[in-house]
Amino acid sequence: MSDIPAVEAHGLGKVFNADSANRVDALVDIDLTIVPGEFVSLIGPSGCGKSTLLRLFADLIEPTSGSLTVNGKTAHQARLDQDYGMAFQQSGLFEWRSVERNIELPLELKGWDKAKRQQRSAEMLELVKLGDFAKHMPWQLSGGMQQRVAIARSLAAHPQLLLMDEPFGALDEMTREHMQAELLRICATMHTTVVFVTHSIPEAVYLADRVVVMSPRPGRIVDIVDVSLGRERDELTREATTFFEKVTEVREALRGIEMSNQARGIEDR
Amino acid sequence: MADASGAHPRRSRLRRALMFPLAFVLVASLWEFYKAIGPAKGGSILGIRVLPRTDDQSMSHVWDMWSRLWQPEVRGNSTRIISVVAQATFYSLRVSLLAFVLGSALGIGLAVLMARFRIAERALMPHLVISQTVPIIVLAPLIAALMAFASRDLASKTWIAAVILGVFLSFFPVALGTLRGLQATPPAALELMDSLASPWWKTLTKLRFPAAVPYLAPALRLAGAAAVVGVVVAEISLGVRSGVGRLILSYGQEASTDPPKLYAAVFGAAALGLIMASLVVAVDRTLMRNRPQENS
Repeated sequence: MSDIPAVEAHGLGKVFNADSANRVDALVDIDLTIVPGEFVSLIGPSGCGKSTLLRLFADLIEPTSGSLTVNGKTAHQARLDQDYGMAFQQSGLFEWRSVERNIELPLELKGWDKAKRQQRSAEMLELVKLGDFAKHMPWQLSGGMQQRVAIARSLAAHPQLLLMDEPFGALDEMTREHMQAELLRICATMHTTVVFVTHSIPEAVYLADRVVVMSPRPGRIVDIVDVSLGRERDELTREATTFFEKVTEVREALRGIEMSNQARGIEDR
Repeated sequence: MADASGAHPRRSRLRRALMFPLAFVLVASLWEFYKAIGPAKGGSILGIRVLPRTDDQSMSHVWDMWSRLWQPEVRGNSTRIISVVAQATFYSLRVSLLAFVLGSALGIGLAVLMARFRIAERALMPHLVISQTVPIIVLAPLIAALMAFASRDLASKTWIAAVILGVFLSFFPVALGTLRGLQATPPAALELMDSLASPWWKTLTKLRFPAAVPYLAPALRLAGAAAVVGVVVAEISLGVRSGVGRLILSYGQEASTDPPKLYAAVFGAAALGLIMASLVVAVDRTLMRNRPQENS
């Protein structure tokens, strides 16, 4: 593992509609360094800019202030080099492509030849335990399976960094817990750095080494909770006392935001 | 979700197969029924004729039309009408197919151009809409005249004018449908392609195009029908030799003495439309295979 941070942001800010009356300060003064191999969750109420922050890392939108590097390069260069993979709340599989051809999409864009692509997609399918479904069409799979294909696609090119925007948000609770465990296993196998946006406190704590708590209007980081649960996590982790303590810590950090907003006369809903 | 074709695909296929001859018999019965009860001199309301005459001159018996198909085209000749009509229909079908393919390609090309450059959409769209308001019956001789003006060789190849007219009518629905499809790409999918640093044209071929296919299918059906109309009208208007349109024209001139003969040519034109429609449906099915869909 290199010493170059996976993500390094200093004084990062994003303003939408800067010149108009609907000016929105989506993010202000974000300082965050993510080291290789780390799993970081971004959590916060709606409108706190956590998805915006993820899109800045991905160079899908451009910051209005501050500096940002991804893998030691500009975010733009990192995107061009396909340094990161991305997964969204909707699996976003192409319905006209079979499961394996969906996974091969990033490799096609990298110009890999067919044999190499097929070999990699077969490997990825094994990794997400869908080896028997290579030729299936996406609509023949359940929601959880579709999301696993999407993860396989985002990791197909073996990026060092994985950006995930509420990838399990649309799944039921049982599937969701299963997928969380699967994600940890997969990322441990591939030594992937993950930035994971979520609404769910237990999800954030269960997955992450650090939970970044964000507040809205304007979006900023209010607290970073170190989750000292160790790397080995299983179903028992969810019932451990430390787990509950960390959940409480994150919840109180989030409640702090609510209190201060109320004090300032801002309604949250 | 997976099985959209219904619980009894076999039964519905049988039903569909029976529908066609049934519709045929129904139309034939209606024809004969009206011929039996309708007024021989036709019916008028306030001096305007609304009901057609039912004498043999105007409405031939269905069985007369049928038997005429198997008789020689002209007395003393051994060639049956049906083979003359079939040949003409096949000729027109090839011309229509060419018009359909070229028209669809043109339509798709224009749609891509308009999807890529907003300014192209704003500049082109009004002209495209206006182009479709020009009466085609006027256009056919105009195109023929322009071709003759361009080159003496072209002047004799009237079928080229028929192709141009077919293209002129068929490109429009394809351009419109494709453009709508290209503009309806899910934003999340575009974001995914962006995150993969996909260049514009790869996003077009790998995402926008396949995502637009469901919009393309109905557009192609319209284009298939439009190509046939354009070609047949051009054939009638320009007298394209060997086309079914020309046959309608020349048999129509004999209609006073040999009415069922005209209907033979009309059957040919109807068959042309049906063949074209089923070819387009086959294309549509091929494009839409492996897709989740409700229309089977």
